[in-house]
Amino acid sequence: MSIAPVVDSTAVKSAPRTSNASSTTNKVLGYPLNAWYVAAWDYEVTRKPMSRRIADRPLALYRAEDGRAVALADACWHRLAPLSLGKTLAGDQIQCPYHGIIYNSAGRCVSMPAQETINPSATVPSFPVVERYRYVWVWLGDATKADPELIPDMRQMTDPAWAGDGLTIPVNCNFQLVLDNLMDLTHEEFVHGSSIGQEELSESDFVVTHEGNTVTVTRWMLDIDAPPFWRKNIQDKFPGYEGKVDRWQIIHFESPSTICIDVGVAKAGTGAPGGDRSQGVNGYVMNTISPETAKTCHYFWAFMRNYRLESQLITTQLRDRVSRVFKEDEDMLEAQQAAIDANPDYEFYNLNIDAGGMWVRRLIERQLAAEGRLVPFA
Amino acid sequence: MAATNIEVWQQATVVETAAVTEQIQRIVLRPDLPRRADPGSHIDVKLLNGAASLQDEVLKRSYSVVESADDGARLTISVFRAPSSRGGSLAMHALRVGDTLQITQPLQNFPLRIGAPRYLLLAGGIGITAIAAMARVLRELHADYTLVYAGRSRADMAYLNELQELHGDRLVAHINDEGTNLEVASVVGALAPDTELYMCGPIRLMDSVRRNWLERRLNPANLRFETFGNSGWYAPQEFTVRIPRLGIEATVGPDRSMLEALEDAGADMMFDCRKGECGLCEVRVLRLDGAIDHRDVFYSERQQKAAEKICCCVSRVASVGGEAGAAQGSGQGLPSIVIEVP
Repeated sequence: MSIAPVVDSTAVKSAPRTSNASSTTNKVLGYPLNAWYVAAWDYEVTRKPMSRRIADRPLALYRAEDGRAVALADACWHRLAPLSLGKTLAGDQIQCPYHGIIYNSAGRCVSMPAQETINPSATVPSFPVVERYRYVWVWLGDATKADPELIPDMRQMTDPAWAGDGLTIPVNCNFQLVLDNLMDLTHEEFVHGSSIGQEELSESDFVVTHEGNTVTVTRWMLDIDAPPFWRKNIQDKFPGYEGKVDRWQIIHFESPSTICIDVGVAKAGTGAPGGDRSQGVNGYVMNTISPETAKTCHYFWAFMRNYRLESQLITTQLRDRVSRVFKEDEDMLEAQQAAIDANPDYEFYNLNIDAGGMWVRRLIERQLAAEGRLVPFA
Repeated sequence: MAATNIEVWQQATVVETAAVTEQIQRIVLRPDLPRRADPGSHIDVKLLNGAASLQDEVLKRSYSVVESADDGARLTISVFRAPSSRGGSLAMHALRVGDTLQITQPLQNFPLRIGAPRYLLLAGGIGITAIAAMARVLRELHADYTLVYAGRSRADMAYLNELQELHGDRLVAHINDEGTNLEVASVVGALAPDTELYMCGPIRLMDSVRRNWLERRLNPANLRFETFGNSGWYAPQEFTVRIPRLGIEATVGPDRSMLEALEDAGADMMFDCRKGECGLCEVRVLRLDGAIDHRDVFYSERQQKAAEKICCCVSRVASVGGEAGAAQGSGQGLPSIVIEVP
């Protein structure tokens, strides 16, 4: 057990700088429970119940007749048969497939077929659910704290000024490793050399700021050649453009596991760093990572753009190309998790380029400490 | 819920005791393995009861957590001393600061759902112990709630002043000796249909609410209650129980359950919850001299009236006319029951 200072999560902004309790870095982290996690895309949750494990809680997800999404523990109160194998009934009800016990969306038993009364203890946990930004969000911690205002800002997902689509990647690694990956994009040069990588990424300076439960990493690369991915994008808006570009990556992290990256290129010297992006193309890489177990996670992502909104062709092309890029990350992250597991006696060494990821880790560790759950994995 | 209710027995130290009424003792415990107690949770307690019989026996009792502070490092329970109760209350009242006892972590069979449009919390007597923490949370969440608290007299009602101070107009007290008796029909009759009602109290009160709830055709899933099976329509009396097939006969004292008496007499009994919920301890009634005091929530009213089976973990036999509060000891023979067991 590590002894960590308990920091009131609401007071993080003004909290005195706390030094790490230990000299080593937790290679992987536990997951705060008082947080909204994406359980599924909106289209995945239907009248036919589905099963998904979030933060080590198996959930049965389904929609009530009125369309409302419901998340119940995926284990019947009686003999723990998975409710996700059952069927939905009228209103908001779901029936256990084994002995027919029926629950409502609050997880309360409304029918026990084999007896005339309903056992007053017969309930399964029901978790707060909010549908927003094309996702179904679930809160697994203290329900009295489940304020929908705490859902991370992913407004580009549903804003009509943006278009795009995404997918889910099941990754066999701790969710923190995905966050590390997204907070430090110097890896693009080496992992994604054929698409978005270029040596300027490692050469250019970056700025890290943090405030409240957010961390921002900003990197500008001026007057460079556009890498293949961005050459195609800028040509979608400015056909035939072959010149130099100013490229930006502004990484916004919101605790505990959402990262939205403002990315783009503009014709070099047209004022993008000063705020005039009219001569460029702008994307938003929407990432939210839901821990599944200590060593697996659901990586929900989408690529949104604010140009050529009418083109379903571009939407599909971007989704496919980003998907190929992320497959390279997936392979690396799974290899990294395997190496972490295979070398339990080796520590991490943290570099200057890890500053963004280290702030992310500190915010998550503070949140875990506030929940009394900051325990390094064995 | 089962997964979160695996009992983790641990030692707890008594850190405070105080009489809150003549018969109710407030006891603050410091568990060795603190865990936050959500509203509606209870702990089970193991006690050595030397007073109830010549032989020491281990008693297991359930008490609602009235308040959980410091993330469960301070658990407050309140114990009503009933001379005719199951015997645990006397031992609990004897606890002093520094004493230790075995308890479970907070167990949850009565969870408060967050997010209902409106709530009615209904407590009768010592039932306030299960309800007080719910009221506090709903107040903090600015929920639409009313706390109805009924008791015999102001002096008998634990925490009444504190609750009035905290909840103001949201607390409605009904006090028999002040002539403001609780009228269940009018309380249930006035409810908006989407109200969730959480109640804990004597069985007469809860039966009455259940009946009114059914009559008004309110959603049964919105009527929440907790019972530890220790409240009946009759005061607990001594009675005899016989199982002819096994040649077993036992006398059930007022502070024992029929199940305990049969176990003591050597019957191999099946049971689980021991609080009148699950129905596993059901036995068939062959003959009856007296009235059955059904204290379970397993049987429907129809089944209870039929009196063919009873839950022996909580239900009892009473002499007819021996209703709770009525004079006891008519001088006739003990009420009795003849049963068959699986």
